[in-house]
Amino acid sequence: MLNDDDRIFKNLYNDLGWDINLAVARGDWSQTKHLISKGKDWIIKEVKDSELRGRGGAGFPTGLKLSFAPKEVGSRPHYLVINADESEPGTCKDRDILRFEPQKLIEGCLIASYAISAHTCYIYIRGEYFREGQRLQESINQAYEKKFIGKNACDSGWDLDIYLHYGAGAYICGEETALLESLEGKKGLPRLKPPFPALVGLYGCPTIVNNVETIAVVPTILMRGAKWFASLGKPKNTGTKIFCISGNVNNPCNVEEEMGIPLKDLIEKHAGGVIGGWNNLQAVIPGGSSMPLLPKSICETINMDFDSLIKVKSGLGTAGVVVINKDQDIIKCMARIAKFYKHESCGQCTPCREGCGWMWRMLERMADNEATYKEIDLLHDVTKQIEGHTICAFGEGAAWPVQGLLRHFRKEIEKRCHEEPLIKRKSNIPYLIDQHLLEKDSA
Amino acid sequence: MSINRISQKQPETFEFSKENLLESEKEIKKYPKDKKASAIIALLYLVQKQNDNWIPLAAIKYVAKFLGIPYIQAYEVSTFYSMFNLSPVGKYFIQVCTTTPCMIRGSKKVVDICKKYISKNQHELSENKICSWTEVECLGACVNAPMMQINQDYFEDLDENKTEEIIKTLLEDKLPKSGSAKNRKNTAPEKGKTTLLEVKNA
Repeated sequence: MLNDDDRIFKNLYNDLGWDINLAVARGDWSQTKHLISKGKDWIIKEVKDSELRGRGGAGFPTGLKLSFAPKEVGSRPHYLVINADESEPGTCKDRDILRFEPQKLIEGCLIASYAISAHTCYIYIRGEYFREGQRLQESINQAYEKKFIGKNACDSGWDLDIYLHYGAGAYICGEETALLESLEGKKGLPRLKPPFPALVGLYGCPTIVNNVETIAVVPTILMRGAKWFASLGKPKNTGTKIFCISGNVNNPCNVEEEMGIPLKDLIEKHAGGVIGGWNNLQAVIPGGSSMPLLPKSICETINMDFDSLIKVKSGLGTAGVVVINKDQDIIKCMARIAKFYKHESCGQCTPCREGCGWMWRMLERMADNEATYKEIDLLHDVTKQIEGHTICAFGEGAAWPVQGLLRHFRKEIEKRCHEEPLIKRKSNIPYLIDQHLLEKDSA
Repeated sequence: MSINRISQKQPETFEFSKENLLESEKEIKKYPKDKKASAIIALLYLVQKQNDNWIPLAAIKYVAKFLGIPYIQAYEVSTFYSMFNLSPVGKYFIQVCTTTPCMIRGSKKVVDICKKYISKNQHELSENKICSWTEVECLGACVNAPMMQINQDYFEDLDENKTEEIIKTLLEDKLPKSGSAKNRKNTAPEKGKTTLLEVKNA
């Protein structure tokens, strides 16, 4: 288990207080000026060396992303945008950072803004987090008062303004280009890429979009060194990560752990075990609702990092672990996730807008014993028609959980399906003129 | 896609109060001078605050003029985002999270209690006209499931008795204390922490 000393978020549960003076006592803002004085290239190189990967779901190397911003500021200003639109079912890690460790985020904003030559940073927070937003605004005001941000922030010679922007209840605005559209005052419809936001982003200017957790760990990485961060976890999957363990466990909780921790440890040691014992485990969604679920057999041995989970055709995503035990109807659970995607599809691309509704309705029928065997393959076909045929990754996020269900729980579904009654009985309905429609080939 | 229903009864006009005019100027200042449109979400929130938690069409027109954007853009935005209520809701607006992590912790019971005490269907006012409820998608407090949001506050770690107590208090026109119903410390494990055992402020 990770040593407490190596945990980045010491105030994850608000035992120590969120106020700026207490945060400073914990070491935030202590070396900011010194770190900035080492220069942009040093900061980006250090983040690259730490092998930090984005914590928002896709796991893109952060150092590389920061280096995409143009080196020289041209006629257009640069922007840093923080994605605090945390809406992935199973995930509530950013909420704790916003509430209890806001100074880490603000310090990270300053350092990252400096590294990408931005003088303005927008934090896009989801509308439901109204109280968290108030807390963050208060923390930003405190940081202004202490002259940690604003003109000549931390005496480093760099000017930075941080603004808070509320969303209004759209999951899709967590997608970076949809977030930028929303920030510009439009509907949150994802943009076609390329051009990528790093060159054409907010208001057509170079923009780097990062998750809250990613930016909040940057100051600690720079202070303690890339080597320290890289020594935790595994190569290419380094550092610590906040895991959110919810669902059928005895003690649901958020916990910061080393990357690559065995899933079983996470559930047994931190979350008090599965309700009804480990043998009562049915499946685990390892990384928020978009990631395919894992059956118990895989859960026994799997490690929680990006690459190990990709090997079993799932993903770490946002590390929102949802534990489902045998008391739950797994098909109903996935049908509810499909309903979530049907509700949250932005409606821009037809395969996703229509397909998500299809998937939901078919899964509901399967859960209610109303589906036929044929529909199982049809459902798989629908997921394949969505995946890869949409502008943004929402399509994959909606299709993967259903594919995961079909991959691991096909037998469970088959048990509840039945043959098409008309075909089986070869009924001859006298008043139906189009008899040929009932023949098996054309049905 | 979600449906955002527009009220049949609409007031004729809408104008910001003096206080909200100042607020909206503050919001617009956050963005570059020629990008006033960015403030639309913030302004619509102000409308909602001023107008009993819902947005009439007149207000959408007003906001569009205020920001100098086409009406259709403001209309698109107000219908796209699910947190904008386009028809009246109760003074206490209850949103119950029913997405999978809450569902498997028993959010159906919370919904049933809402149905029993407030109204049979979503978006209907209670008998005394001060509460209404709706099911919503993930509110991002999954380790504190099941949970609901009442106006701006989160009510977490609910069970049947506690939910009943909260809803009854609301119907008496009082707002109960928000937070965990089990008096649990935020997102720490309920039965004692497993990490951060000896951390202190240096």
